[in-house]
Amino acid sequence: MKTIKKTIKKPAVCRPKCGTCPKGRAAASGPYTAAVMDHFSKPHNYGKMANPDGIGKVGNLVCGDVMWLYIKVAKNKAGQEIIKNIKFETFGCVAAIATSSAITDLAKGKPLEDAIRIDKQEIVGELGGLPPIKLHCSVLAADALAEAIYDYYIKQKRPIPVALEEKHQRIKKEKDIVEEKYKDWVKKEEEIHENRI
Amino acid sequence: MSKKIIKKTKQILKKARPRRIYMDYAAATPVDPRAAKAAAKILPDIFANSMSFHGFGRQAREVLEQSRADIASVVNAKAEEIVFTGSATESNNLALKGVMLANKNRGKHLIISPIEHNCVLESAAWLERQGFEVTRLKVDSFGWVNPQDVAAGIRPGTILVSVMHASNEIGTIEPIAEIGKICRDKGVYFHTDAAQSFGKIEIDVAKMNIDLLTASSQKIYGPKGAACLYIRQGVKIEPILHGGGQEFGLRSSTVNVPAIFGFAQAALIAQKEMAKEGKRLSGLRDKLIAGILKTIPNSYLNGHPAKRLPNNVNLRFDFVEGESMIVQLDVNGIAASTGSACSSAKLAPSHVLLAIGLEPQEAHGSLRLSLGRWTKESDVNYALKVLPKIIARLREISPFKTN
Repeated sequence: MKTIKKTIKKPAVCRPKCGTCPKGRAAASGPYTAAVMDHFSKPHNYGKMANPDGIGKVGNLVCGDVMWLYIKVAKNKAGQEIIKNIKFETFGCVAAIATSSAITDLAKGKPLEDAIRIDKQEIVGELGGLPPIKLHCSVLAADALAEAIYDYYIKQKRPIPVALEEKHQRIKKEKDIVEEKYKDWVKKEEEIHENRI
Repeated sequence: MSKKIIKKTKQILKKARPRRIYMDYAAATPVDPRAAKAAAKILPDIFANSMSFHGFGRQAREVLEQSRADIASVVNAKAEEIVFTGSATESNNLALKGVMLANKNRGKHLIISPIEHNCVLESAAWLERQGFEVTRLKVDSFGWVNPQDVAAGIRPGTILVSVMHASNEIGTIEPIAEIGKICRDKGVYFHTDAAQSFGKIEIDVAKMNIDLLTASSQKIYGPKGAACLYIRQGVKIEPILHGGGQEFGLRSSTVNVPAIFGFAQAALIAQKEMAKEGKRLSGLRDKLIAGILKTIPNSYLNGHPAKRLPNNVNLRFDFVEGESMIVQLDVNGIAASTGSACSSAKLAPSHVLLAIGLEPQEAHGSLRLSLGRWTKESDVNYALKVLPKIIARLREISPFKTN
């Protein structure tokens, strides 16, 4: 009996839910850490949200990364506004999907003023590192959250904190540059959105 | 009792051991055991420098010259027209730079297709920086070079035309014989990069009017570190590596005889099995293409449906990003590749997909599955089972999913 047990070796490559690894964790793959693969294979909080309080849309189809982040805001017992619920929809590479999933974990339950301060270091830390060429995905995720909170403040007709306004202006400027560069394609992207609705 | 346990253990193992399927034969091939055995057998003993006069050297030279004759026979060339190099990249560099530099007193003009491998594109760009002129032809939506465009592009001072035999990405087979005829009639040298087609489809350098041809060992189940350039007798060419004067003075370096021997064995095997294997692979290829197009909505074929390499499948899917797709396939045990920007070191979409008229967002969703000698029908069936699930899953996460 003992000898037979010994023959059951851990496979060299794990698949999620392969049944032999604890909790069915994903293995590191290519340049990505196990944490990235975990978020990518089983993303947290994905999907569309009905009647969100704020939406952040960043990236574009031409560049290959599009992130939409939805938030629901509520007050906690101390009367602070917190992110009660958060969801994402992302078109993009492994890093884009993993960073989207990671930021929903980081932001969920946080007061808005703390959530605004989530930066790329925090996201990269949550993922145990990203390949250098993919670091921009973590910036994109942080931007999507900032835009969602900005959208919430605008909808509530509330004053925008200075830091958030600055961030919004930077994101808008970058978006304008890309849209100008690829104006024909951006139009097409809008058509796709409309057709979907 | 114990038999039962063993059986159960085997079942658990079978379930636990993930299936691993290689569908990236266009990137690199495993070495055929027959070629590996041949190369390994001579590796310890045939070590001498093939240039040496002593018996050891003579032995190495014999193996080398036999390999040269074998490779030459596969493409209907003379043995002395084959120059061995270390890689297809090196062969292409030698062809472009060597011919342009050797003929610069006659002209400075080079014509290439836009879907060439990077080593041809970059060699051409380097020549441009040295003062040569380069014309990059257009291709149609299948990736085809129109021979008439080649004819129109040739002008006084045109020295060389370089068009690949078959695309490594989309598998399209170019009208090489027509282009060869035009070039021969106009007195212009014609080079073709046959790294992907050599050993897979018929090549006859005489019939096809080819002056220079690149072939590689590691794409035809031979060892890495061996490749060749066929140079038709009379073609004026300069070496780019100078030294001991090996390979008729065109490629100085101690010759890697065992790898070349393995290359020659692999080429002979490929030649012998070409007709049967080509038929088998095109069957699997067409089954895979038809199955995917049928089961996955918003999926499209890249390249020509019929005039393509027997082992190449290249598709694209709307609203799915290629890197996510290949990593998810890898997790499921299938090795594939993509032309997406996100998977490349330059973060730019594949130049081939852009050249056939795809827009960047369309190129992002491309997937290449290349089949080979060990691809079984059950592998194709498995891919057909897994891929629709992966695409559906990624579309579910994407904001562009069609509800």
